Amino acid sequence: MTALEVAAKLIGALLVFLTLPLLVGQIEHKAMAHMQSRLGPMYAGGFHGWAQLVADGVKFAQKETIVPARADRRRVFELAPAVALLPYLFVLIVIPVGPQQSVHDLSVGVFFALAIVSVGVLGILMAGWSSANKYSLLGGLRAGAQLMAYELPLVLAAASIAMAAGTLSLNGIAHAWEWWWLPYQGIGAVVFFIAALAELRRPPFDMPVADSELVFGPFTEYAGLRFALFVLAEYAGIVVFSALTAALFLGGWKGPFLEHQLGWLWLLIKTLVLSFVVIWVRVSYPRLREDQLQKFAWAGLVPAALAQVALTGVVRVAT
Amino acid sequence: MTDETRKKKLPGSGLAKGLGVTLKSMTAPSVTQEYPHQRPDLPPRSRGVIGLLEENCTVCMLCARECPDWCIYIDSHKETQAPASEGARPRVRNVLDRFAIDYALCMYCGICIEVCPFDALFWSPEFEYATHDLLGLTHEREELREWMWTVPPPPADTTNAEPAKEVSGGGRPERVRPERATRSAESPSVVPPTAAQAAEGDPASAAETDADGTPP
Repeated sequence: MTALEVAAKLIGALLVFLTLPLLVGQIEHKAMAHMQSRLGPMYAGGFHGWAQLVADGVKFAQKETIVPARADRRRVFELAPAVALLPYLFVLIVIPVGPQQSVHDLSVGVFFALAIVSVGVLGILMAGWSSANKYSLLGGLRAGAQLMAYELPLVLAAASIAMAAGTLSLNGIAHAWEWWWLPYQGIGAVVFFIAALAELRRPPFDMPVADSELVFGPFTEYAGLRFALFVLAEYAGIVVFSALTAALFLGGWKGPFLEHQLGWLWLLIKTLVLSFVVIWVRVSYPRLREDQLQKFAWAGLVPAALAQVALTGVVRVAT
Repeated sequence: MTDETRKKKLPGSGLAKGLGVTLKSMTAPSVTQEYPHQRPDLPPRSRGVIGLLEENCTVCMLCARECPDWCIYIDSHKETQAPASEGARPRVRNVLDRFAIDYALCMYCGICIEVCPFDALFWSPEFEYATHDLLGLTHEREELREWMWTVPPPPADTTNAEPAKEVSGGGRPERVRPERATRSAESPSVVPPTAAQAAEGDPASAAETDADGTPP
């Protein structure tokens, strides 16, 4: 692999990273509006408000960057958005977009992806701690507690599919995937997707940013571009976790035909469908209370994920 | 819901139902009307603004007195009118000088419209009269008269409804106007100078006062 090839792949990943979250954000604007019998943005850009998020970005860029007087300025407060956003960019490196096609086919891809994604919560904790605001701190700690609870079912579900495929490489898992893995790994897929929702702090698991009690949680004191970066991190997270779910449990680049040429398209379709489900769930369900949220993880998802691991283990030993 | 029907439901069916509701309303047309580009379809009898049919106004002041906000300003003067026939006494009638409603105070209760005995006030669905100036919300009789053109005809009665009192007369026999002598306006000895002006200036209001205001 030449240096030029690597550079082209990295630029491609960066472009995907900058455009897909905007697309998902726009889908959320429009889908949520129509689910609530509204129209959503209609004017920015002319046609059905397609440029609304561009306009939002311009607005955020124009805003004053306010840092609270008692915030932990240099070290923590200003770095937190980058710490929250960048992990999702690095995960894109290992996601396979076709047979033998990814920026880098890491042999421990699943491990790498889950480890890097968990770094994101550090940014949230940093933001909550350094803001010198009790609501931010509460939100940050709730985010930390939520990550502790939901990381376990997430990892267990991923471990189950890795056991079934016999490899930790994301591309290897996509290669080994067969259609009957849908029922076989179905519990794992559902657990993984729900835990991913919780990792993203998306409704109904948005207790850390519960606006009726914590203003906007760890992001309360942020303004301007730094706030925009946090919002971008949320939508990048939706894209990354949808792509991970698709790559692990839905066969990734596998499709009805032309897998070598159109693998990226099949993965993109699956990712967008899963992103739509994320939005759909957000509109449909109310927020879980903090204790319900913890109980759901420890008493619901962890046993389900363990059952899936046991099932996969039995099937692997038997065959 | 009884306990039995609750037992029969599948676990998670409520969650699925919630998803179904949102999906259904997503595919259904949305209810938003893009107002500046699309006129809102207002229901009949919308309370947009109050129009004044000043030909019907007799300056009885009921509306101004009943208004909870005291937002109706009425000025008037009395005019003496030539007697209808030789030897009769001259009549006095009210002439409207100013009728204004301050929409900065008005709370759109509609009591003035309810209370008007001569049907001079009406609801109009017009609502686009916002201004940058508080004083600009006080509208004088000319503007109130202009809004009368926007008052829609009352919606048709529902089937089997009893006819309106205005049509049926409330069951009473129709009133027959008694014959009376023609008015002799050219008797300079009793007519004060203002009466002739008023009589030619506002014939409708004068006729109204004759018919309903003063006893024959």
